Order: sequence, then structure tokens, then C-alpha cells
Amino acid sequence: MPLMAVRPPSPVAVEPAALHARAMDNLRFIRQTMESATAFTAVSGWGVLIVGVTALAAAILASRQTSAEAWLGIWLGEAMLSFAIAGGATMRKARASRQPLISMPGKRFALSFAPPMMVGAVLTVALYRAGLASAIPGMWMLLYGTGIVTGGAFSVRVVPVMGLCFMAEGAAALFLPLAWRDALMAAAFGGLHMVFGFIIARRYGG
Amino acid sequence: MAKSGAARRKPVAETAELSEIPGRAAAGAQALDRLIHERMRLGIVSALAVNESLTFNDLKKLLATTDGNLSVHARRLEEAGYIACAKYFDGRLPKTEFRLTAPGRHALERYLDHMEALIRATRER
Repeated sequence: MPLMAVRPPSPVAVEPAALHARAMDNLRFIRQTMESATAFTAVSGWGVLIVGVTALAAAILASRQTSAEAWLGIWLGEAMLSFAIAGGATMRKARASRQPLISMPGKRFALSFAPPMMVGAVLTVALYRAGLASAIPGMWMLLYGTGIVTGGAFSVRVVPVMGLCFMAEGAAALFLPLAWRDALMAAAFGGLHMVFGFIIARRYGG
Repeated sequence: MAKSGAARRKPVAETAELSEIPGRAAAGAQALDRLIHERMRLGIVSALAVNESLTFNDLKKLLATTDGNLSVHARRLEEAGYIACAKYFDGRLPKTEFRLTAPGRHALERYLDHMEALIRATRER
């Protein structure tokens, strides 16, 4: 579990105003300690598992496409659907466990996960325009895995492990023949999500 | 094999009246639990309140403290029955794990109420 060190206190004061400040300081310290000591466990395992199922369906659908545009369109649609499913499931889990979604660990997760996703969006356009669409699946897996690893540093241990698996598969995809593209996408976005989603759901309360 | 610590011991809270708070503030201020008022011990109790258990090393890292300092404060809390300590081997490595007991959780809740009452009282002045 990731733990961030918390700062020690200031000395005790006796004036009423200082006592008020001291009480506020104590409450702030308790809150900071609790936030630092809490891993972000609101990631919904069932949500991740459902994302895996939809990704598997997208991989089957995409494998039947003959043009790069149609293939890309299916996966971009799947990406949007996945974010909606995962986001909704995470909010639901946070509500069910009475945990604030916008907690410090949650913010750290989002802030660490977002930059690789933004880089991925920009590189998708750049690679497509440069006629290097064959590199897109590997790049997606690598950057998605990077986001999961960095964001997962503030979550339960199984989350960054899932990210590392994505990164390993992404690195392999960049050097394997294009014919393997759909199978690798199915294995990563379908298989890994289903396996790790199930583990998170079973071990970390849904 | 896990060995339970002082979980069954009777809680012995060190208390002190906030006599230095004048007027209405004093009315809201009940006995302050000095045992968890100390910042390191407050940190230990707060961290354990949001975790089922934490190891000695987890707490040391979280509170950015030394082995000796953490040991001393953890022992005080254990003696008061606020936390329970279990020692076991993870393979060949000895591990110490802490849990918050029911009296410890209650003490933290009381402390939080106390701080809130103090803030309310000083605001009303």
C-alpha cells in the first residue's frame, strides 16, 4: 500500500484563538493522516470486468473490418464506452462503501492516469496521419498500462500489476506481426481487464 | 503464529481538563484524552482508523518517524488498550502488525467530538 509521510505538529498554545487554531490543525492532521493511509480502493472490479467483455466484443467486431478507419472507429467508440462504464461503476462503488470519490487518493489516481491518456489521444492522430496506424495498438497498450501503473501507485497493489501486464503486452505488440493485432487487443483490453477485474471484485469489495 | 497484545487490557486514558479555555469555551471542553492528543499517537490511531491493520514499517513510513519513537508511542497506546499488536513471521522476516481496538476507535471519536466542540465554542465567543 502506498503511504505518504505526514508532517508533525506545531506546539500547544493556550490562548483561545490559538486553541481554536490548534483544534483546526489537529483535525486537519487527522484528515491528512487518514487520506495518506488510505489506498484508493474505489476502482470497481465488476466495472473493469464489464469493460473487458465489451473490449472482447469490440476486438471481434474490429477484426472483421477491412479499412483502418473502421477499425479505429470501433476502438475509439469502445474507449468512450469503457470510460463511461468504469466511471459509473467506480462512482457506484464509492457511494456503496460511503467513501468520497474526490478523496486525495482518488485525485492522485486521476491526475496520474490522465496524462498518458492525453498523450495517447495525440499520438493516435499523429501516427494515423503519418500512415503508421500499425503502431497504434502497441502504443495504446503501453500508454494505458503506464496510466494504470502511475495511477495505481495510489491504489491497491493489483492495479499497478495490471498496468505492468498492459505495458509488457504493448511492448510485445510493437514488434509482433500486424496479423496478431486483433488477438493482442482482445487479450489485453479484453482478457487482462476480465482477469484483473475479477480479482479486484473478489478481494476488494466489488 | 500471531500473538495478541494488550487488546484485552482495560483502557487507561490519560485525561486533563482544558482549564485554560475561558468562558463558554470551557463548557464545551470535556476531559481531553492526552494519550491520543500527542501528535505521534494521534497519527497512529488515525491511520489505523482507516485500515484494518498496518505493519510497523507502514506506520513508520507514514508518520516519517524512527523505530524507537514509533515503538515508544505504540507501546503507550497498546498499554491503554487502544491498539492491539500481533507479531508473526512472514517467511523468515519478523513482522509487527497493529490494529485499532474498539476502545481506541471510541477514543478517537471522542477526541474528534472534543476538537469540534472546541472550535464551536471559540467561534461563539
